[in-house]
Amino acid sequence: MAQSARMPLSVVVGTGIVVLMVGGALLAPWIAPYHEAQFIGGVWDLPSATSWLGTDNDGRDMFTRLLFGTRTTVSIAALATAIALSIGVSLGFLVAAVGGWLDALLSRAVDVLLAMPVLISALIVLSVLGTSTPVLIGTLGLLEATRVYFVARAVARSVGGLPFVQVARVRGEGLAWIIGRELLPNALPPLIAEGGLRFCFIFLFIASLSFLGLGVQPPTADLGSMVRENAQAINFGLFAPLYPAAAIGLLTVGVNLIVDWLLALHARPTGHGIEL
Amino acid sequence: MTRLLLQRIGLGLLSLWVISALLFFATNLLPGDVAAALLGQQATPASLARLRAVLGLDQPAWLRYLHWLRGLLHGDLGVSLASGRSVASELLPRLGNTLLLASLAGAVAVPLAVGLGLLCAMHEGGLVDRLASLLCVFTISLPEFFLGYLLIGLFAIQLGWLPSLAIINPGMTLPGRLAAVTLPTCTLVLVVLAHMLRMTRASVLSVMAAPYVEMAYLKGLKTSTVILRHALPNAAAPIIAVVTMNLGYLVVGVVVVEVVFVYPGAGQLMVDAVAKRDLPLVQACGLIFAAIYIALNVVADVLALYANPRLRHAS
Repeated sequence: MAQSARMPLSVVVGTGIVVLMVGGALLAPWIAPYHEAQFIGGVWDLPSATSWLGTDNDGRDMFTRLLFGTRTTVSIAALATAIALSIGVSLGFLVAAVGGWLDALLSRAVDVLLAMPVLISALIVLSVLGTSTPVLIGTLGLLEATRVYFVARAVARSVGGLPFVQVARVRGEGLAWIIGRELLPNALPPLIAEGGLRFCFIFLFIASLSFLGLGVQPPTADLGSMVRENAQAINFGLFAPLYPAAAIGLLTVGVNLIVDWLLALHARPTGHGIEL
Repeated sequence: MTRLLLQRIGLGLLSLWVISALLFFATNLLPGDVAAALLGQQATPASLARLRAVLGLDQPAWLRYLHWLRGLLHGDLGVSLASGRSVASELLPRLGNTLLLASLAGAVAVPLAVGLGLLCAMHEGGLVDRLASLLCVFTISLPEFFLGYLLIGLFAIQLGWLPSLAIINPGMTLPGRLAAVTLPTCTLVLVVLAHMLRMTRASVLSVMAAPYVEMAYLKGLKTSTVILRHALPNAAAPIIAVVTMNLGYLVVGVVVVEVVFVYPGAGQLMVDAVAKRDLPLVQACGLIFAAIYIALNVVADVLALYANPRLRHAS
């Protein structure tokens, strides 16, 4: 790892945040001090030795709920990001490789979807289908796929113009080979950065929807609905809603720090991308 | 120029029309029946059929769309399923509140972001630049509600300077209204500031690498003159694009901020309508938000054409 010597502090901090939070979320059932729905004290007790961040609006341990809440929100965001990336990248690469009428048709269709703010589109779909976790994942995945599509298409077109892809075409390689073996490996770094950005966006989006009461439904702990449930505490001078909100912000900062570094590496004027 | 102008406006109207059709058919063709959702547990086949007839759901979808479109053009947005009042009478006063909040935030955020962005570009790598980029990383990553509750906790609860809830009554005086919307406005400003600031800085700096800027330096002009007179006009198009994009985001970001501050705006109305599955109200809110968004994009295109003559002759 020759890269690690030149890794700036911001990336180390970002990676640390992401590893700690995702690790804590994955291990939540084993490392959490209490059960997710266990009542351990009064409403909004102050932090103490037995509950590090105090209790929430139902007298449950805030730290435990944070671990489980991060688990829910991160899993949903990861699933939706996976859907967005697979649909967006495959369609984007397909139209970049095929071009012509398919490109024109799909791009105009996506243009129309982009003419409406994502939050509004999501609200409309949720009003029709109702709020449930599968609907949430599917809606966000599809809506965000439109953003990924344009990035993937642009990246694939810029790579597709390079001589080795033309050589492959002349050699008579099929579509699958050109997409899978020529375009994809060379387009990976910007796509990974895009995946990180999309994850941040979807993560914040789910948190916002849950905060509005339209995302993950109680009694499941999730960061956005925890902010909503504890919102009233702020009027008593307590920080209860700020803990889950800060957890959302912290993870987003962490991922952003890593993504910024990836993008800067790729955009380096000397032209050598990162080895993956 | 007039032809290009009309072309952009025509395109905007066209996409609005496509959106209206998409909105209507999406809310009608997706699984999930309004009548069944409204009646819930008490649904019997007879009551379902009656409610479908009352709502006009027994007619074909394209006919209902034409009726809906004609109503829209006559200013009739339909009747809210939840309250039974006309959508227009529910929506219009709240839309005014939302536009007040969004335009206040825009009026503060745009000059501040562009000014700070220019300042950062002039003193690249300096103290102001580094502080601003630190601020940007944080405000971009933090959710609106974190900033909102942080400001409430600090300025309304600890310091007691401003009201924590932005409640607006029709009889309120202007200073009272302004005090009530100060905290939500600040939250919105923080939310959109970073993106505009970064883009202004980046596009000015990228123009600064051009040979003609070097020429301007070589003939002995001051940095501020070079940036304001030579670099800024060429950097204007991307700045205008990102400013209007963020103004569009303001219209949407306002939804979450309105809920945080319990502000009686159109965003909160839409969230309530979604929770109650009040489709006519959702459609109307969605269409109005989309219309504002599209209008801003058209304005951005037109302003960019004015700012940069080269765009007018692009093939």
